[in-house]
Amino acid sequence: MAKKKFVVGSFKEESVLFPAVKAVRKAGYKIHDVFTPYAVHGLDHEMGLRETSIHTAGFIYGITGTATALGCISWILVQDWPLNIGGKPHFALPAWIPITFELTVLFSAVGMTMTFCYLCQLAPFVKKHHFVLRSTDDTFAMVIDAGKSNSQEIIAFLEAQGAVDVHEQFAETGWWFGTYNKEQQLYKDTTVDIA
Amino acid sequence: MVSIKEQFEIPAKMKTWAMALIAIGIISVVIGFIMHGTGTEEEQSVFWGTIMYNSIYFMLICNATMFFVCAVTLAMGGWHLVFQRVAEAISVMVPIFGVITFAVFLYIIFGGHLHSIYHWIDKDAVAKDKLLDGKSGFLNPTFFMVWSILSIGLWSILGARMRKLSVEADESPMDYEKGKHFVWRNTVTAGLFIVWFALTIGSVTPWFWLMSLDAHWYSTMYSWYTFASTFVSGCALIALWVIYLKNKGYLEYTNEEHLHDLGKFMFAFSIFWTYLWFAQYMLIWYANIPEETIYFKPRVQGVYKGIFFFNLIINFVAPILILMKKSTKRNYTMMTFMAVLILFGHWIDFYQMVMPSISKNTLTLGWLDFGVAALFIGLMIHFVGKALARKPLVAKYHPYLKESIIHQA
Repeated sequence: MAKKKFVVGSFKEESVLFPAVKAVRKAGYKIHDVFTPYAVHGLDHEMGLRETSIHTAGFIYGITGTATALGCISWILVQDWPLNIGGKPHFALPAWIPITFELTVLFSAVGMTMTFCYLCQLAPFVKKHHFVLRSTDDTFAMVIDAGKSNSQEIIAFLEAQGAVDVHEQFAETGWWFGTYNKEQQLYKDTTVDIA
Repeated sequence: MVSIKEQFEIPAKMKTWAMALIAIGIISVVIGFIMHGTGTEEEQSVFWGTIMYNSIYFMLICNATMFFVCAVTLAMGGWHLVFQRVAEAISVMVPIFGVITFAVFLYIIFGGHLHSIYHWIDKDAVAKDKLLDGKSGFLNPTFFMVWSILSIGLWSILGARMRKLSVEADESPMDYEKGKHFVWRNTVTAGLFIVWFALTIGSVTPWFWLMSLDAHWYSTMYSWYTFASTFVSGCALIALWVIYLKNKGYLEYTNEEHLHDLGKFMFAFSIFWTYLWFAQYMLIWYANIPEETIYFKPRVQGVYKGIFFFNLIINFVAPILILMKKSTKRNYTMMTFMAVLILFGHWIDFYQMVMPSISKNTLTLGWLDFGVAALFIGLMIHFVGKALARKPLVAKYHPYLKESIIHQA
C-alpha cells in the first residue's frame, strides 16, 4: 500500500472539536477520520458518515444460520436417519427451535464481528498506524487527508479552529502487513506537550 | 427554552369518541346479559368470562405503564421524563378498572355459583378431588379475595404516591440537595412498587386470576408470561398516547428519539413474550404428560387452533420482522400501526388464555368480546384524557429533565 500524506490536529475538548469538524467540512477538506478516546454522540452525524449497513449484514447472517440449522436437522432427522424419539413425529419442529435459535445468534454474531473487523481492516498480523497515541487516553485527533494540496495551508486552518500540535504525517492506510518502524519512536513523538 | 403547550385540553372529538365507545360497550353488556346472563350455566360462564378477561387485561396493561415509570426511575433513567406524565395518566385507570375487576370476581366467586369458571369454588367437587383438595389451602375464596384486594389496592396506592411525587417537580426549581432528595424519594416509592409488582404479577396474582381457571393444571412460566404480555401492551399503549398527543401539537420535547426507545421496548418484550410462550409450550409438548397437555388440548387441537397460531403470528412474527428496522421505530405511522397490532394481539392472547378453559368446545369470539373491549377503551379514553388535562404535560423542574430533552436513542 502506498503511503499517503495527512495533516493531524489534536483537540482537548469536545466543544472545540464539533465546530472544527463542521468548519473543516465546510472548507472542503476531506476528513480521513476522527479518533476519540470514547464514543462521541452525534460525531458521526457531524462528520457526514452514512448509516452503517452492518445490521443488514447481521440480518442476512442470522437468516443463513436459521436456514442452516433447520435444513441440517430436518435432513438428518427426516431424510437421512429417521429415529423414533419418544414417539414424536420425525419432523419435530418445537424440539429444534432452541438449536435453530442458537445457530441464528452464532452466525449473526460471528459474521458481524468478522465483517466489522474487515471494514476496520483489523486482522491478525495486520498493523494499524496510530496518528496520535493519546487519542486512546484523553485527546481527540482529527486526521485530514491532505492529498496533493498544500499542508501548510491546512495546518494554518486547523490551528485557527483551535487544534493543538498540528503536524504533517505520512502513513500507511488500508491493509498493511509491515512492521512498526522503531516503536519507541512513536512514544517519543507524543512527548510534545499538548496538555 | 421555547414556550411549550403545557396544558392538555380535551378535544370535543375525543369526548364524543369516549362517550360513543362507552355507550356501545354498555349496550353490548346489557344485551349480552339479557341473552346469556340468565341462561344455562355454560352461557352465563361465557358471558362473565368475557367480561372478566377484558377487565383483567385492561387493568394489567394500565398497571404496566406505572411499572414502566417505576422501572425506569429505579434504573436512574431520565430519558422518559418528557412523556412520563402520559404513562402516569394511563395508570390512573388501575383503581377504576380494579373496582370493576373486583366486582366481577365478587359475582363469579360468591354470586352466581358459576362453577365452570373457577372449578375450585365448588366445595363438593373439591372434597372428592384429591388434587384440588391438596391445593385448597391456597385455592379458596378467602385467600383469592384477600389477595385480589391487596394486589389492586397496593398497586393503586403506590401508583398514586408516584403520581403525587411527580407533581412536586412542577412547583419550583430544585437546588442540588433538594433534587437529590426528590430523586431519592422517587426511588424508594418506585422500589416499593416494583417489589409488590414482582410478588403479584411476577408470581401469585396470575395464578389466582388466570391459571386457576384450569385448576388441576399448573405452569411455572405462567405469571411471567402474563407479565410479558401486559408489559409489551403497556409500552404500546404509552406509544399510542404519545403519538396522539404529538399529533395534537403537544409534547414538543418528545421526538423520534424517545419513540425509538419505546419501539425498542415493544420489540424486545415481544421477543421476551415469545421466549416465555415457547418455554411453556415446548416443555409440555416434549414431556407429553396428560395432566400438563390438558391445557393445550383445546387450544392447539380444538376449535381455538386458528386463534392460537394467529396469536403467535401477530405477537411474534409481525413485531420481529417489522420493528427490527431502526427506521420503523422512528416512524410515527408505523409505530401507530404496530402499537395497535400489539395491543390487539395481546388482547387476543388474553382471550385464548381464558376462554378455552371456560368453553372448551365452542369458539366464543364474537360481538360481545368487541363490545366489552369498546367499553373499557371508552372508559380509558375518558379518564386518561381527564387525568392528562389535570396537570402540566411535562414536569418542568425535574432534575433529570434536561437529560430527557437532549436524549438520543
